[in-house]
Amino acid sequence: MATLNNDYLKYPERSYGMDHDRYEWTMLHNRKPVKWPNGKKIALWVNVSLQFFPINQKGIPFKVPGGMTKPYPDLRHYSLRDYGNRVGAYRFFKALDQYNVTPTFAINTRLAERYPYLIGTVKERGDEILCHGYHMDTLHYGGQDIKEEEILVKKSLDTLRRLTDQDIKGWISPAKNESENTPDILAANGITYFSDWVNDDMPYEFKTKNGNLTAMPLATELEDFFIILNNLHSAEDWSDQVEDAFEFLLKDTETSGGRVLSLNIHPWVLGQPHRIKYLEKVLEKLGAHPDVWSASASDILNAWKAQQ
Amino acid sequence: MKEDPGYYEYWPYENRPKIQWPNGAKLAFWVAPNIEFYELNPPNNPFRKPWPQPSPALPGYTSRDWGNRVGHIRQMELLEKYGIRGSISLSTALCDHHPEIIELCKERNWEFFSHGIYNTRYTYGMTEAQEREMIRDSIETIYKHTGQKCAGYLAPALSHSENTLDAFAEVGTELFGDEAGYYSCDLFHDDQPTPIHLKSGKKFVSIPYSLEMNDTIAYLVQKMTPRLYGKALMDNFDRLYAEGSESGTIMCIPTHNYQVSNAHRIKAYEEALEYITGHPDVWVTTGKDIAQYFMDNYYDTALADIETKNKKYGNA
Repeated sequence: MATLNNDYLKYPERSYGMDHDRYEWTMLHNRKPVKWPNGKKIALWVNVSLQFFPINQKGIPFKVPGGMTKPYPDLRHYSLRDYGNRVGAYRFFKALDQYNVTPTFAINTRLAERYPYLIGTVKERGDEILCHGYHMDTLHYGGQDIKEEEILVKKSLDTLRRLTDQDIKGWISPAKNESENTPDILAANGITYFSDWVNDDMPYEFKTKNGNLTAMPLATELEDFFIILNNLHSAEDWSDQVEDAFEFLLKDTETSGGRVLSLNIHPWVLGQPHRIKYLEKVLEKLGAHPDVWSASASDILNAWKAQQ
Repeated sequence: MKEDPGYYEYWPYENRPKIQWPNGAKLAFWVAPNIEFYELNPPNNPFRKPWPQPSPALPGYTSRDWGNRVGHIRQMELLEKYGIRGSISLSTALCDHHPEIIELCKERNWEFFSHGIYNTRYTYGMTEAQEREMIRDSIETIYKHTGQKCAGYLAPALSHSENTLDAFAEVGTELFGDEAGYYSCDLFHDDQPTPIHLKSGKKFVSIPYSLEMNDTIAYLVQKMTPRLYGKALMDNFDRLYAEGSESGTIMCIPTHNYQVSNAHRIKAYEEALEYITGHPDVWVTTGKDIAQYFMDNYYDTALADIETKNKKYGNA
């Protein structure tokens, strides 16, 4: 067996706090409790991700989770993702409205370019839109050329702002993956919050070279895609897990101040006919619960920020 | 390379000398929270990639960081509620990075054992001297920050060499004599303690740490639902508790705060803890106390029984 250089036993970052300088090390339970408007205990952020997975996927530097897996042309994965934008999204709209739940839409810019009707519908609804990168195959990754990434971010944001008439403030990278520079580039392009770092249950301040961003909590582990297609649990299991999470967090608020329950959901996953009723079940429960404040990502962010 | 690591003899799970845990308990129950630090930019190891994506590999790194920022205190409160002292499998660099967590554990008199320096530094490719240096650093760090003489070892990220158990035992002896370096969590061959052969002849035991009940294996590898995991814990307990009347068994739940403490998972875990600790003949304890008790009371009878059984039908 080849042996390692002695540098392998050197630990240059072994000191107080994190091994990088993006944010302060703090434990959630030591932070000042937050109060949500009208005495609500749980801020509910339902994030609907509207995605475009191109069939000519390049997979640089990796194949995006949920992307094409077969040789070109992988019609089965392409069209099943597209199902979400044609059919699933409209089931989502109905369910959200029926149960009075406020969504935020995370949109791939390329999807907005391709499907004016869908984006027109979202615009007309008046819900907040955040940018989910250009499309699912334009990944941000370590070692990426900074100029290339700057162009990618600018193109994604400028175009989405133009097509939606919204001053987009939020960002989620495809696959929540980043380069070393992504946060700096986002801040330089008018982004104020992002959700790529799944390391907290509450918002926190994140440093960049161009001013602070707020990291907004959006757990991967509770996503429909992660639970149903990665873990291969049923849609009913997904709704059970959301329910267990909600009950735990609600109980937690008795001693901790307000909490955020964030659900990242995908019309191509939960929008299927055999799954939609479990989304409806969750929305029905949460939408009607007296302790829940259903709000857009920005409204939650601003309520939190005003108390810092 | 050898076909068998050579740490123990074959020892069939029938007619073993009866173990009775303190106060006549049938089952020794311990919970081993892994409190770990994963690096954002670990050095390359030619035998194992720390992260699937080029650095910064956010999905893995940030979820582990969540365990320290959010998850740790949740599990701690839960263990306290059910009277359980954690036995921590510790990435010892965490003493430097997050001393607040160490203080919380010290206040609760939890056991600390070594899980290497970082969970992103693997034993693969280390020379014997390098591995010993890493182990020495980890034991010294635990002593410096907690005053505890490290009794147990779980190799970082379960990465081993042929020298791992010997190196741990010997470095323990060099630092603290027989008070350190006497049990291992790295072997998964049994539901009871096993005396381990070491080059030094030191009295040393393997304590069952259960990969099967490990939350990360359950959630990330087997992809269980939380409720199924909770049920598996109870089923595991039921069987070991029943068999414990014949001879005392051990149940361990190894956990990771970034998994089991998630809001959607912790309820199922709590139900299992409530169930297990609600039984009368359970010794709720720590890894170190089990190892010590076994070595003081049953080590020699176990060795004798192993020898008898291996002679019964002739030597291999």
